[in-house]
Amino acid sequence: MTVLLEARGVTKHFGGVQALKEVSLTIRQGEIYGLIGPNGAGKTTFFNVLTGLYPRDGGEISFGGETLRLASPHEVAKAGIARTFQNIRLFANMTARENVMVGRHVRTRAGVVGAVFRDRRTRDEEAALRRRADELLRYVGIEHRADDVARHLAYGDQRRLEIARALATDPKLLALDEPAAGMNATETASLKSLIEGLRADGLTVLLIEHDVRLVMGLCDRVAVLDYGEKIAEDVPISVQRNPKVIEAYLGGSA
Amino acid sequence: MTAKHRSWLGMALIGTALALAPIVVGASLGNAWVRVLDFAALYIMLALGLNIVVGFAGLLDLGYIAFYAVGAYLYALLASPHFGIHWPVWAVLPLGALVAGIFGVLLGAPTLRLRGDYLAIVTLGFGEIIRIFLNNLNTPVNITNGPKGIARIDAISLFGQPLSKSVDFLGITFSGVMLYYYLFVVLALGIVFVGIRLQDSRIGRAWVAIREDEVAAKACGINTRNVKLLAFAMGATFGGVSGGLFAGFQEFVSPESFGLMESIMVLCMVVLGGMGHIPGVILGGLMLTVLPEAFRHGAGPMQQAVFGKVLLDPEALRMLLFGLALIAVMLYRPAGLWPEPRHRRELAK
Amino acid sequence: MDIFLQQIINGLTLGSIYALVALGYTMVYGILGLINFAHGEVVMIGALSSLTVIRLLADSGLPGPVVVLIGLLAAALVCMALGFTIERVAYRPLRNAPRLAPLITAIGVSIVLQQLAMLTWGRSYHSVPALLPAATHEVLGATFTEVQVIIVAVAALTMAGLMLLVNRTRLGRAMRATAENPAIAGLMGVDANRIISLTFVIGSALAALAGVLVAANYGIAHYHMGFILGLKAFTAAVLGGIGNLAGAVVGGVLLGVIEALGAGYIGDLTGGVLGSHYQDVFAFFVLIVVLIFRPSGLMGEKVSERA
Repeated sequence: MTVLLEARGVTKHFGGVQALKEVSLTIRQGEIYGLIGPNGAGKTTFFNVLTGLYPRDGGEISFGGETLRLASPHEVAKAGIARTFQNIRLFANMTARENVMVGRHVRTRAGVVGAVFRDRRTRDEEAALRRRADELLRYVGIEHRADDVARHLAYGDQRRLEIARALATDPKLLALDEPAAGMNATETASLKSLIEGLRADGLTVLLIEHDVRLVMGLCDRVAVLDYGEKIAEDVPISVQRNPKVIEAYLGGSA
Repeated sequence: MTAKHRSWLGMALIGTALALAPIVVGASLGNAWVRVLDFAALYIMLALGLNIVVGFAGLLDLGYIAFYAVGAYLYALLASPHFGIHWPVWAVLPLGALVAGIFGVLLGAPTLRLRGDYLAIVTLGFGEIIRIFLNNLNTPVNITNGPKGIARIDAISLFGQPLSKSVDFLGITFSGVMLYYYLFVVLALGIVFVGIRLQDSRIGRAWVAIREDEVAAKACGINTRNVKLLAFAMGATFGGVSGGLFAGFQEFVSPESFGLMESIMVLCMVVLGGMGHIPGVILGGLMLTVLPEAFRHGAGPMQQAVFGKVLLDPEALRMLLFGLALIAVMLYRPAGLWPEPRHRRELAK
Repeated sequence: MDIFLQQIINGLTLGSIYALVALGYTMVYGILGLINFAHGEVVMIGALSSLTVIRLLADSGLPGPVVVLIGLLAAALVCMALGFTIERVAYRPLRNAPRLAPLITAIGVSIVLQQLAMLTWGRSYHSVPALLPAATHEVLGATFTEVQVIIVAVAALTMAGLMLLVNRTRLGRAMRATAENPAIAGLMGVDANRIISLTFVIGSALAALAGVLVAANYGIAHYHMGFILGLKAFTAAVLGGIGNLAGAVVGGVLLGVIEALGAGYIGDLTGGVLGSHYQDVFAFFVLIVVLIFRPSGLMGEKVSERA
């Protein structure tokens, strides 16, 4: 299988705190890759470094065969990494459709002149954009809420909308930060089938998740972070039996 | 009647009302009130420009009047005896728009990393710096003529007709203030049009996205730096155009017209009307120009009638009520008098 | 060299007044995350109301410093009542409103206070009777007045007192806890509303003191004096790191000195192109530079963007 993303020795510290210690991992094309670990292990920090929200202090990341420089978030999005947030971050006063349309910003081009004069190309682009947004809303199953303001959506629908918005950037890698957080069993089950569908459609998924059953049932491979260090990376079944992982989880909760 | 017909009919009605307004107002209340309408149109243009920065992109700019000043002084310098240059309006206005836009980017660039309140104070500082320079750039080389300002600026003239002189047409005498009214209203409509088009576009959505959640906007691939600068530039451009019109209309500019209070006034138009909602902003601009003026005319005589003498300085009373109105509106309608429908729905719950 | 020392002395005097006002901004910002835009006007009201009392007592035969002290107490009472009312009326109802709403009410309050002051005290500049010892002394070619010494000393003592209050007392601990997290402070039995009111009252008392001192320093007071003073004091608070008390003091003194030195030297530095009437530009220039290169101020903690 081809490698899609390779991180080598990624390091990040906040003041004196070492949040990520030389983290290296490889994500292969088309797999669902889980990133787990106790609270404060550095999972979200890794996401933020990967997507350019935090500048990294060391290490390299290559994506799709090319080195990802110390990029800003919009360049990362352009390169093909899209993400969602642990504590859902939608554009609360925009409609669901508008949220998805914003997600497509990086793949569209219209500027001020086009906006004012509405030339043919702008109109076409706008129409295609709307169609694509509606498609994506249908794909995640909330097309009936397209014209509702995001903050009026139910919690589970907000999660779905955030995924649709991320998909609108045409990503090669979709990074989901605890998508099942706060969901009940039914919602989690349907989320699971949504993510499986994404993989079936050829997308690579990076998943941070606390729900161990979801991770084990969904992921092809799993990496475990503890105190900013990667302590394991393997198929779920082996990771589950890895003494270091058991130690980290028991030590963390004790 | 279809929705389309209805909207055409609506526009025709608004157009007729706008066209007749100065004639009716001039005949019933006098030209002084047509002049008030002229200022209302100017302020609406300013408020719509600021609405792009504050209402759409959510960047709180307290120094917006600086761009108005840049447009006004550019017009004053290029069309007055001060330097002996007399460029025509069609050359000066676009140049004023361009220069103000550049100023917008220059002043915007260093402030982009700042959060809301800080941004407000820094832009306020920039506004004051520009005013201080206008006040003092009369030595060693006299550029701005200092606190005395620049007088005898050329009136705006279109097709060889100076708008300061009256014209007879269809048996009606159109005074200078009426001619200016038509020019300002046409330009204001143009700015409304641009505003509406921008709002419903890729750029407009990017602005709102930044206002709603900057981090998420970045993650969606929006280059927030450039998109914010674009908002500053667009807002400043509108400010520059209004400033040039102001200079040509008044035929006089001085630093006094560009103080912080003016910036605050324009901001209040935007916020009181309903941030980000173009009809609301127009309402805000109209109210805050016309009501204080009505009050200025009415307060003295009214006190005379009720108390037999003028107890309180009408100017102070006007400002006092303005201050109280700001507080009251924010306490009872924090989203403004005419907010966007989707906000209104929220408030109704 | 004598200009240098002279300007340092002037800068310290001005700076200690800025620091007092800056403390008011920083305390409110620390607790509510709100720029109390009307704070400068509270200073102005303090200056003018003390002036009224001082004038009433000027011929009473009481010694000058006693008269000033009574004036100060009166001003403090007026300002404390004002600060309390402003928070109750203009800020408290808007605690969960859109971010801009309290800023607009603050602007409204400023306008109202200014106009009320104008109606009460008129548009004219009032000269302040010289009741404090005004003898001048000379050190190394620079002169300073006893008023200046009194200003710096009073400001320093007051600030030391405030530090003790915030860092050593129960009330101070409650204030710090509320600033940290109002909800949790509430769970611990701290009445957040009471603390916020108190913060406004204390800040306003400092503003009254600053008003009296600034009037004594310039010998003049008028209804329009609050705005630019407030703006500069806010700059000082940001310079030091807003929300940080020690930062406000350092920022205030630093800004005063920078301004004084700038005004003293700008002519020489620019070959006479720019004169001392650009003094006000310095404050804004400093503010902008600080915010661009160190947005959290000199003593503020670095806050990284939360994702």
